[in-house]
Amino acid sequence: MASVAVDASKRAPAGPAVELQQLTVTRGGRRVLDGLEATCAAGQVTGLFGPSGSGKSTLMRAIAGVQARVEGTLTVLGQTPGTAEARRRLSYMTQSPSVYADLTVTENLRYFATIRGGKMADVIEQVGLGAQAHQLVRSLSGGQLARVSLAAALVAEPRLLLLDEPTVGLDPLLRRDLWHLFRRLAAGGTTLIISSHVLDEARHCDDLILLRDGRIVAQLTPSELVARTGTGDLDEAFVRLIEAGALQPEPKETVT
Amino acid sequence: MSVARTRATARRVLLQLRHDPRTIALLLGVPCLLETLLRLVFEQHRLSFDQAGAPLLAFFPLTTVFLVTSISLLRERTTGTLERLLTTPLRRLELLTGYALAFGVLAAVQASLVTALTLGVLDLHVRGPALLVVLLAVAVALLGTGLGLFTSAFARTEFQVVQFFPLVVLPQLLLCGLLVPRQRMPAALHAISDVLPLSYAVDGMHHLTLQPGASAALWGDIAVVLAFALSALLLGAATLRRRTD
Repeated sequence: MASVAVDASKRAPAGPAVELQQLTVTRGGRRVLDGLEATCAAGQVTGLFGPSGSGKSTLMRAIAGVQARVEGTLTVLGQTPGTAEARRRLSYMTQSPSVYADLTVTENLRYFATIRGGKMADVIEQVGLGAQAHQLVRSLSGGQLARVSLAAALVAEPRLLLLDEPTVGLDPLLRRDLWHLFRRLAAGGTTLIISSHVLDEARHCDDLILLRDGRIVAQLTPSELVARTGTGDLDEAFVRLIEAGALQPEPKETVT
Repeated sequence: MSVARTRATARRVLLQLRHDPRTIALLLGVPCLLETLLRLVFEQHRLSFDQAGAPLLAFFPLTTVFLVTSISLLRERTTGTLERLLTTPLRRLELLTGYALAFGVLAAVQASLVTALTLGVLDLHVRGPALLVVLLAVAVALLGTGLGLFTSAFARTEFQVVQFFPLVVLPQLLLCGLLVPRQRMPAALHAISDVLPLSYAVDGMHHLTLQPGASAALWGDIAVVLAFALSALLLGAATLRRRTD
């Protein structure tokens, strides 16, 4: 078995949920993702970190099966992305909120639950919108809107959750609650891939993929990141990793 | 095709409309206003009103439904909900069929209302059954949905989508036989009008105006309109790309 993600053997109950091999995406003749090699273990929270424009959203879209011009090998829960089988198992929250402004919160979530073939359950409470359940989405604040969009991804219990910057712009208390929720989902066996550019959030992840200019700078655990860069400040650690650009060919490439 | 997903989509589209009462009022009120205007314009020419009244009943749903559908789908595209839907188990044909069902329901309400007003209050003389007038209008509305969904695939902005209206709909109005009977048009134009769906809808309304009961020709016209609607829907599903840049 490919033990690409360090420490994966300790926690991962099953094989990888997502596997990328030589994944390349071109847009307008430019390679926006360039030969990515990575694995996201099932039942773990993988954090996708990198500056704006590093390719985080493009990678998410490729995994969700809506990105054009993808080359290389990409396996999602044992399926080819975009197929009916893959779409049944994963759920994708786009970076900008994508829900219906002219429906109430409940109407939105009921619709997404039905087309995903599942129940709405208690997602409204999970994202802390109980009081707004019957309010029109267009009347909500930016942070509330983002949470409706998140809730729409949580309905019907997907096995793989792709969340593109789910905590951006939220107040710290709410951010903490959501990370608790993500940890609970992972404990229940859901695989999560979460992008963020707030490196402080990296400590909530089991595994980190650091992206820059469409390439993987490193894939490691939060503690390894600290150990390798000698700083407790994750932001600073990222800077040091990038400045030490020589590290680039990942040391974990001893895959057999 | 999943019935549950298609029905949920139709329901969702109707719910969105319900939260927008002004649009509903315009969709239902404007055709009534226009038929009334037509009646007043032809006050001294009852025969002309009787000739144009029914064909216009077919033209209204084409315009309103075409615009509402194409803008709705464009909005799904620009707000990102379309991208999200394409990552779910919802199939593209289910999405488009959901739209067609929702606007079919809306068109049925619109057509019933306008037909009742036009045949009742405005006293339009139609020999055929009123129910078939409504049925034909609903068929045209489905055509409007299909054309709207199909053309919105080629529009990136609201400006573009609105400009598709004069391109797709107005030539059909000029050639459908409402202004000049199709038989009296130059041969080339007549040939073009033969492949435009609105021509068949207007032919059907002419039949309903002049003949009692439902002739085979009328059913033929309705079938052609529905076939065009279905083709546009299938083409729309085929041109809707899941993977984009």
